[in-house]
Amino acid sequence: MTAYILRTIGQGALVLLAVAFIAFSMFRFVGDPVANMMGQEATLADRAELSSRLGLDQPFPVQFLRFVRDAATGDFGISYRQGRPVATLIAERLPATVELAVLSALFASVAGVALGVYAAIRRRGIVAQGVMMLSLVGVSLPTFLIGIGLIYVFAVELRWLPSFGRGETVRLGWWSTGLLTASGLKSLVLPVLTLGFFQLTLIMRLTRAEMLEVMRSDFVRFARARGIPERTIELRHALRNTMIPVVTVAGLQLGSVVAFAIVTETVFQWPGLGALFVNAVQFADVPVMAAYLVFVGLVFVLVSLAVDLAYLAFDPRLRGTLAAR
Amino acid sequence: MRASRILAATAAVLAAATALAGLPGEAEARTLRWARSGDALTLDPHAQNEGPTAAVNHHIYETLVARDPKGALIPGLATAWRILPTDPTIWEFTLREGVTFHDGAPFTADDVVFSLNRALQPTSDYKGLLTSVDGVSKAGATTVHVKTKGPNPLLPNNLTNMFMMNKAWSEKNNVAKVQDFKSKEENFAVRNANGTGPFVLVSREPDVKTVMKRNDGYWGKSATVPLEVSEIVYTPIKADATRIAALLSGEVDFVQDVPVQDIERLKSTPNLRVTTGPENRTIFLGMDVGSADLKSDSVQGKNPFADKRVRQAMNMAINRAAIQRVVMRGQSVPTGVIMPPFVNGWTPDLDKAPAPDVARAKALLAEAGYGAGFQVTLNCPNDRYVNDEGICQAVVGMMGQIGIKVNLVSQSKTLHFPLVQKNPPETEFYLVGWGVPTFDSEYIFSFMYHTRDAKFGSWNALRYANADLDRKIESLSSEVDAQKRNATIAEIWKTVQEETLYLPIHHQTLAYAMTSSLDIPVDPENQPKLKYVVFKSM
Repeated sequence: MTAYILRTIGQGALVLLAVAFIAFSMFRFVGDPVANMMGQEATLADRAELSSRLGLDQPFPVQFLRFVRDAATGDFGISYRQGRPVATLIAERLPATVELAVLSALFASVAGVALGVYAAIRRRGIVAQGVMMLSLVGVSLPTFLIGIGLIYVFAVELRWLPSFGRGETVRLGWWSTGLLTASGLKSLVLPVLTLGFFQLTLIMRLTRAEMLEVMRSDFVRFARARGIPERTIELRHALRNTMIPVVTVAGLQLGSVVAFAIVTETVFQWPGLGALFVNAVQFADVPVMAAYLVFVGLVFVLVSLAVDLAYLAFDPRLRGTLAAR
Repeated sequence: MRASRILAATAAVLAAATALAGLPGEAEARTLRWARSGDALTLDPHAQNEGPTAAVNHHIYETLVARDPKGALIPGLATAWRILPTDPTIWEFTLREGVTFHDGAPFTADDVVFSLNRALQPTSDYKGLLTSVDGVSKAGATTVHVKTKGPNPLLPNNLTNMFMMNKAWSEKNNVAKVQDFKSKEENFAVRNANGTGPFVLVSREPDVKTVMKRNDGYWGKSATVPLEVSEIVYTPIKADATRIAALLSGEVDFVQDVPVQDIERLKSTPNLRVTTGPENRTIFLGMDVGSADLKSDSVQGKNPFADKRVRQAMNMAINRAAIQRVVMRGQSVPTGVIMPPFVNGWTPDLDKAPAPDVARAKALLAEAGYGAGFQVTLNCPNDRYVNDEGICQAVVGMMGQIGIKVNLVSQSKTLHFPLVQKNPPETEFYLVGWGVPTFDSEYIFSFMYHTRDAKFGSWNALRYANADLDRKIESLSSEVDAQKRNATIAEIWKTVQEETLYLPIHHQTLAYAMTSSLDIPVDPENQPKLKYVVFKSM
């Protein structure tokens, strides 16, 4: 068991190294930060001087090794765009993204499972058919269109909710939260709906399909034969068996929600990591881009580790197999 | 007699009433919520020579010489400046008395010497505007001398973004040095400020929100500078649709970077106002006229751009009016010169855009031996200027009409500008926009036309070299006689216009949108100055 966890962590470190390497080899295609860091009066000599001061003129392997060496000590350098330490920037932006992602995942899971179960039980009902139709829209519409549509309806026309930003936040130690103020909560509604919508439709369709499958299985038929009320069969026996694959998918999706909140954050000017990354790409802010990509790699490594460990908890039969692996 | 007395009395009463009506505006707390697409990169006044950064800093910090909303030079922290009659290489600045910094410290000559020296440091991004400066010294309690390497008649024009910091504050907070991007630490001045300006920094969250409150002890408060805004909340909103939605929903009061396609709709929305006006920036195409052969073209062993007739034909092929109408939806001013109208040296004659003439352009091409046309690659930014990519697409079509097949490569500014700036340049046909912070032709000449070397021509990717012209350009920076200087400027323009070295497209127009209680004119440098704001009754 311990050996398994150690092995996973070792693999995780290798994955991070690989992510950093691939990211670094891409940066030369993003452009030259020096062009953005100097005013138009800068001479060729000024530009060359800054470039060599930042070590940008050195060959790729040298730059990469220097990055790995510094990153190993927790030093990611300072942002070329903002002149502030990258680690501070990421710590500052993390709460906004985590709150948005966790709430979106929660919204998507709860609403997704509920609607999925409903659509499975009343699968010939008009409401269930309507929900299924709507889910097709959710799968096919791009996120930014959903976001802009919501802004138009709820911010511009109805003026119920703010169109951008996080509202008032409260600081709890180094964490800033929008959950404790009215404006913070109002600001969360539209981004959460936008970010969660795709996951919601995914979870809903999955739940419905699994539920239909389980409802056809023998043990449900026997349960019916024993005269157990239909509602109990559906919500206690069938739903529990439906949940295992749904939890797996929802868990893995949480990773991608944290990592790819980029579009939603841009549309709503949400001060999270995604918005930080978009600005960094446009400025060719190499230290921020590198740290962000490594961070996303870390999130995925941790999430898949957690999912593996969750399997062990859910299904005792797996423990033997994993230990033997 | 009597009637006139009654009239006078009525006028007096009316004036008093108006004054009374105007009073609440002064005492009332009036917040102005301001949004644009990008945030200031830093508040360190010398670290980044960049538009939005300077626009925010102008509210907190001030300069010796300033520009009014129309772009004219006006006294700032200096009340007067002159070249010493005894020594033409020394500029003398007389400082304003009774000015204090936000922390209460008086503004002195020591602060000026300190600030200018700070702007001259190797890590400063403003050193490029001060290359002529040899040394700065205090010559009295309210007098500062700036020594230049030779006579420099234009020095004050270079100081309009040179912000003044407090020496004691800077030393206390360890910011006597400009932010070095190689260091591992954040400079205190990045998020803290102590200026003499009309607004005091209250809080700063980069990329999120910057709050400033009115400096009630501001020296410059006057009839033209009413300082009615009591608080500024500045929010960058990156997505165009969201920024406009925030204005429509009343969450912000004033928006910059209004997309051209939204202008008409916003104009027709009740309770909103849109102001438009020319920016100090011209958009144009450049091409390699100096190389023996082009890499990206279909002609072997020859450079078609080296032939003046080809350049003239291309200039004639561009239908500027069509670009203005279709691509810019009317929001541009077509031109025939790469110089915005605010600049010294500009004449309506130079500005006249050549009329499109496809037949004559084709004839010229045939005469130059390219009757069958040729192929070439055009590099274009897609996130720098208003509809930059659209302009390039239009140019591709227009060049196609005269048989020049253009392959368009449009990419982000971080990839595009290095192509132009690298030595040798890595583009042979490109789009660039150019603003002139000194409002003088010399600035354009030395960056755009002078032969590229260590000091000059850093934006001249034409590979154009003309020693005679270079000499004339260099003479401008030390010619003190205005009349002689202007004659040389006119002469240089005549030469380069005849050569058709660049293909000018238009002067860029800006649009600001705001609630109808505001009327903020477009600033030529795109740095709206909110101390001038007067609130209108709705």
